Amino acid sequence: MQKAATSALQTITANRLADGIVVFLGSHDRWVERIAEARVFEGAEAIGAATAVGEAAAAARHVIGPYGVDVTTSPRGPVPTRFRERIRAFGPTARTDIVEPAFDTSVAA
Amino acid sequence: MYRYDEFDAAFVRQRTEQFSDQVARRLSGELSEEEFRPLRLMNGVYLQLHAYMLRVAVPYGTLSSRQMRMLARIAREYDKGYGHFTTRQNIQYNWPALKDVPAVLRLLAEVEMHSIQTSGNCIRNTTADHFAGAAADEFVDPRPIAEVIRQWSSIHPEFSFLPRKFKIAVSGAETDRAAIRFHDVGLQAVRGPDGGLGYEVWVGGGQGRTPMIAKLIRPFIEETELLAYLEAVLRVYNRYGRRDNKFKARIKILVHETGEDDIRADIEEEYARLKGGSLSVPAEEIRRIEAYFAMPPLPPRPATSDVLEAAKAADGGLALFCAQNLNPHRVPGYTSLTISLKPIGGIPGDATADQMDAVADLAEAFGFDEVRVSHEQNLILPHVALDDVADIHARLVSMGLATANAGLVTDIIACPGLDYCTLANARSIPIAQSISERFGDPERQRDIGPLAVKISGCINACGHHHVGHIGILGVDRKGEEFYQITLGGAPGEDAAIGAIVGPGFSADEVPGAVETIVDTYLAVRRDAAEPFLLALRRVGEAPFKEALYGTR
Repeated sequence: MQKAATSALQTITANRLADGIVVFLGSHDRWVERIAEARVFEGAEAIGAATAVGEAAAAARHVIGPYGVDVTTSPRGPVPTRFRERIRAFGPTARTDIVEPAFDTSVAA
Repeated sequence: MYRYDEFDAAFVRQRTEQFSDQVARRLSGELSEEEFRPLRLMNGVYLQLHAYMLRVAVPYGTLSSRQMRMLARIAREYDKGYGHFTTRQNIQYNWPALKDVPAVLRLLAEVEMHSIQTSGNCIRNTTADHFAGAAADEFVDPRPIAEVIRQWSSIHPEFSFLPRKFKIAVSGAETDRAAIRFHDVGLQAVRGPDGGLGYEVWVGGGQGRTPMIAKLIRPFIEETELLAYLEAVLRVYNRYGRRDNKFKARIKILVHETGEDDIRADIEEEYARLKGGSLSVPAEEIRRIEAYFAMPPLPPRPATSDVLEAAKAADGGLALFCAQNLNPHRVPGYTSLTISLKPIGGIPGDATADQMDAVADLAEAFGFDEVRVSHEQNLILPHVALDDVADIHARLVSMGLATANAGLVTDIIACPGLDYCTLANARSIPIAQSISERFGDPERQRDIGPLAVKISGCINACGHHHVGHIGILGVDRKGEEFYQITLGGAPGEDAAIGAIVGPGFSADEVPGAVETIVDTYLAVRRDAAEPFLLALRRVGEAPFKEALYGTR
């Protein structure tokens, strides 16, 4: 588990164990593929509790390597603040013919 | 093509079943990720930015049509319909599900392929000249000895936990197309004083954060003694290579810190103990393996093809393709044909499943069933008749594979970069695409001449930026992608490490900067026959710096 960031807003992300696909912690502690459906946690207490849910899911073999991602909110859902995390969340920027990006990764948060 | 013997087949089958069991135990929770990670890496399974990634070995870059079709099938059934050919002549799948990897490995085993030792601190796939067995300037096919090395290095018990990964490359031609001086060990075939075949042994080359040109540690070792000598090199490395610092663990650092003379003495001392022992490979065994790589039966043909000359006269696109993508073959009337995986604005090294199938069909119809993967991330049909080139070209056009740019500015090497890789600091592919589009005009590229642009998304240098005539390195500057440009690198017998030309550029600025460099070259070159690298070496960096930064 990576160190919890200090940002006010975070989503919890991981890779699904069976297929490696990037997932986010959604409502009712379900893991969802689209960051738009991810829950956003605010403040150290909520982020800490969500992180514990992620760790429990890793222990239960649903996901690998859960960690918190700093985000801002937008009308289309949470957007990671770091560029690398935006690419991870939205897909490779260069393969739009095959992998449909859900979001323009070049857009600054 | 080499064919697996009973040992090879049983070994690959055992490893596939072993790893299948490990995957099942991971999915059932018997193995933690911590326990499973080294096991999956030994079998070429990484966890990348978006998903798992499976790296499949293509020994010395040689494939049959049957194998290529299987790679296509795997791309279609277990990935998103494409694969990525790498700078180590391998193929990577970017989206396989872990639960499907055992099935993929079984399919690979059916065509005598696997992903063993494509990761981890072991001896990796041995690479070779992609025109091996065909090039006019070659005097020995490097693949048989590469196959001997493959057999020796596969699950070598002593060398499965080296300080760091270990890469070997072999060349048997006058021109070094395998970048042997930038490998942990590079082997150059040479004739000894009595005419016998042997190898120069270059040790301690590499790129990454500390680029080094290998040292010629032994100018000649008989082919029968090569494995014993390699064993000595690996033993010295295994014993003295640093394990305390990952960044100083490659053999290049050991060679550099120990000194050329002392490391040579260590290796020779070890070799003296091994010489003439069980690692000596009888010449008849090497000849037996060579038979697998024999030149296909090429019917005699005139050196010039009237059919092709007439077709070229009628089709400018074909003429351009022939001028750029054909390499001289040692047999008159034949050629080695490069299928560029660098369409203008495309992703270097990517091929769709349909394209892979099409290449397999072409190899079967026209190329004696052989395909090669180059470290430049292209595919090659090594033996085709000049008479067939127009037909092949027409089919390539229909598959979007006829880009006439081999060796030109748009034939860009690029690592997957931040679009896929967890190690990357910046994207490589979009930079390659924007440069490719900037220089897409065929006439302009031809006028510029041979020019190697190589792009890495981080200091690990998978995109070979250190040896690019123009090298581009992506870095993270305060959370933004930023790119350093180096000039003057060269991977071959004139090996050189590029020098940083000055302050870096934003992603948007890179194509313009490359254009400024190219325009400067066009202005300073003596004539069109003086290529970029020679002009740069003659005039030095100053005019390029001035053009890039003069007004800053």
